[in-house]
Amino acid sequence: MGNRTLTFKIFRYNPQKPEVKPFMQEYKLEEVSGMTIFVALNKIREELDPSLMFDFVCRAAICGSCAMVINGRPTLACKTLTKDLPAKISLLPLPVFKLVGDLAVDTGTWFRDMAIKTEAWVHTTKEFDPTALEERMDNKTAQEIYEPDRCVECGCCVAGCATANIRADFLGAAGINRVARFMLDPRDERSPEEYYEVVGAEEGAFGCMGLMACDDNCPMEIPLQTQLSFVRRKMLSQGLKLKTEKVAL
Amino acid sequence: MSAYKTYVTDVLIVGAGLAGERTAVEAAENGLDSIILSLVPPRRSHSTAAQGGMQASLGNCAMGEGDNPDIHFQDTVKGSDWGCEQDVARLFTETVPIAVRQMSHWGVPWNRVVAGKKTLPDGRELEEKKEKEGLITARDFGGTAFWRTCYTSDGTGHTLQYAMDSLVLKHGCTVHDRIEAISLIHDGEKCIGVVARSLRTGELLVYVAKSTVIATGGYGRLYGASTNAVINEGSGMFIAQDTGIVPLGNMEAVQFHPTGIVPVWILVTEGARGDGGYLLDKNHHRFMPDYEPKKKELASRDVVSRRMTQHIRAGYGVESEHGPHLWLDIRHLGKEHIYTNLREIANICKNFAGIDPANELIPVRPTQHYSMGGIRTNADGHAYGLKGLFAVGESACWDLHGFNRLGGNSLAETIVSGMVVGKKVSEYTLGASLEYSEQTIKDEVTKQENRIKDLISGKNGNENVYKIRGEMEQTLMNYVGIFRKGEDLQTAVDKLQELHQRAQKVGLQSSGEGANPELASALRIRGMVRLALCISYGALQRTESRGSHAREDYPKRDDENWLKRTLAYWPEGADLPQLDYEPVTITELPPGDRGYGEHAG
Repeated sequence: MGNRTLTFKIFRYNPQKPEVKPFMQEYKLEEVSGMTIFVALNKIREELDPSLMFDFVCRAAICGSCAMVINGRPTLACKTLTKDLPAKISLLPLPVFKLVGDLAVDTGTWFRDMAIKTEAWVHTTKEFDPTALEERMDNKTAQEIYEPDRCVECGCCVAGCATANIRADFLGAAGINRVARFMLDPRDERSPEEYYEVVGAEEGAFGCMGLMACDDNCPMEIPLQTQLSFVRRKMLSQGLKLKTEKVAL
Repeated sequence: MSAYKTYVTDVLIVGAGLAGERTAVEAAENGLDSIILSLVPPRRSHSTAAQGGMQASLGNCAMGEGDNPDIHFQDTVKGSDWGCEQDVARLFTETVPIAVRQMSHWGVPWNRVVAGKKTLPDGRELEEKKEKEGLITARDFGGTAFWRTCYTSDGTGHTLQYAMDSLVLKHGCTVHDRIEAISLIHDGEKCIGVVARSLRTGELLVYVAKSTVIATGGYGRLYGASTNAVINEGSGMFIAQDTGIVPLGNMEAVQFHPTGIVPVWILVTEGARGDGGYLLDKNHHRFMPDYEPKKKELASRDVVSRRMTQHIRAGYGVESEHGPHLWLDIRHLGKEHIYTNLREIANICKNFAGIDPANELIPVRPTQHYSMGGIRTNADGHAYGLKGLFAVGESACWDLHGFNRLGGNSLAETIVSGMVVGKKVSEYTLGASLEYSEQTIKDEVTKQENRIKDLISGKNGNENVYKIRGEMEQTLMNYVGIFRKGEDLQTAVDKLQELHQRAQKVGLQSSGEGANPELASALRIRGMVRLALCISYGALQRTESRGSHAREDYPKRDDENWLKRTLAYWPEGADLPQLDYEPVTITELPPGDRGYGEHAG
């Protein structure tokens, strides 16, 4: 490992103090072996600037807290090794989400709104019976549900999405993926009509412009475009059915 | 006191991991309103990081046939080295099968039994029965007599938390995220809520409730090398202890996980060994069977961690710039298995160590992982000392785990304790009225306001919070680790007492305005050092070895003198915790041999 000096250009803005306009602040650090953006930002905060705001929780690419725009690309900072980057590194907060300060954004509110809008829970009329055996499920089905369920709600797909950047009500790939997860789940008793109400519109599955940034940026490598086409196909057939029914009336 | 935004609710829950959210769901189902406070959005909680699974004696898979709550009970008590409450362990093992099935009803995509013959990596053959097909399956974990750990690939905590949070959404429970409780409001007898600080704006907030539940998880981040998330700083424990009335139980019981990846200390799940992975030394020799011929890599965590340390000390560690380590080998499990059932391990290895575990060995060393100690409660989850205060999950010591927790029992505990304690909280709350004096709230808010003012102005001094923190982390790593001895523990206590003094003299370098992160750290440091002192001082006094607490100068378990729980109080103005002891509840299984080759006879 060569002894590089890294230059970090970091976005600074505190929405609590709007009189100080946003600016880029520079910090220099000596690179060490195995350095990630997590290690670097903590070093900057502890040794150079204790006011710097950023978010990490698991620091192991499991929780999705630390997404930010690193040299132009939305990704998880915890698993970004500095050795894979040039010596000049720019860090910006994710767009779309409300800024908390510096690199910290409010993904919590966005994802909660999305989850409520899509009613992202199992809809069933069955009561749980504590004395009964669990309902059986094919292991393959269980594993298929787990695929979209792996989303960590980091927001990289939303931040990189052109539609999400221009329409605040767009569910984004994360929202469509969440819907796909429940569509796959045999425990969820929602009908195609009910799903159509949720995602069969411009702010849902049909708002996507197909630019694929969600798929490119997903740190969990969830096939988001495949999920989108799955949901779209279902919605399209449902939409056509509704139209036919209307004509018949 | 200035006017503060005040929220009033029935049940206030501090912490939105699995235990906190399960409690909220229980409260909602009993018709109560609740507010959950969380440092982060609930789905970021440390519960989501649990990969391996949740123990429940369903007995569905071939290797689980014949399992039942009695055997789960025995494993748990033995695992705890007879340090647990047996009435709690009994309640727990009876409830957990229901909890697992309920989580399935709520949407967890548990892996299921697939009928047919299989060959295990070690050559054993087994056949999954047709009549069990589609039921929830289980994998092998350390210290269990049967395969009992239910899982969803290696994202068990993630899928549990997402399903649980979906229930919280469905019930319309209120969640305030980016809020940190900084002190409890109480009148010496009853807890009436918390003073909290917004991590969005820095403003102080008041939450008043009929009952308050602490569910803030463990204190892993007191140690320099921990598998825990960076938010696991023990805050719920120290704000409870700060009251001077509520004791913490068994704080010296600290679990090290055998396989933290070197040097980033991210956990490689026990599922890796459960699925057939094993440990190798510098000569690529599989050494665990030499020490533990029966359970090998799947002896309980404290035993495996000690054997690894012992083996490294004997000169068999692999030298590296980060100190000696051992290898975890999962290559023989095959690419397909690794990239489906152990995919997160593969990702962690690739992202953080540049290793492909299908072809390469993983460098590992025992790493701080879990805190068995916590806010001492009775079997209902009611904290000692204050009415209306409860604790659940890792932040609590209702005491399921004693001196060593079995893998797969922590996820299980979060949910079961949320169910059981949530019910008790609901009963209490339904019978409680909201009575308090306005003055009690004012006094507490003023106290916190003054603390913040002093930190910002540097009135008490200009000690650097990060330096104190670093020295505390190092002290625990160096002197209060896997093997302990009197002189080391004394060194730790002395050093931590000095740090405790310095922690009262912290001054900020930055302005402290708004959501300032330095202020957040400064508000925590005193409490963190106190927890570190409870661990070290409790360990110094406990002159025996039990579970994770291994004294080299007292290598035997001493039931005659130490079959008891440490209670650590922090009286106002003290510079050491005040220790008290209480007997352990033994209902069914008298102390005996753990059967891991240690404590024989």
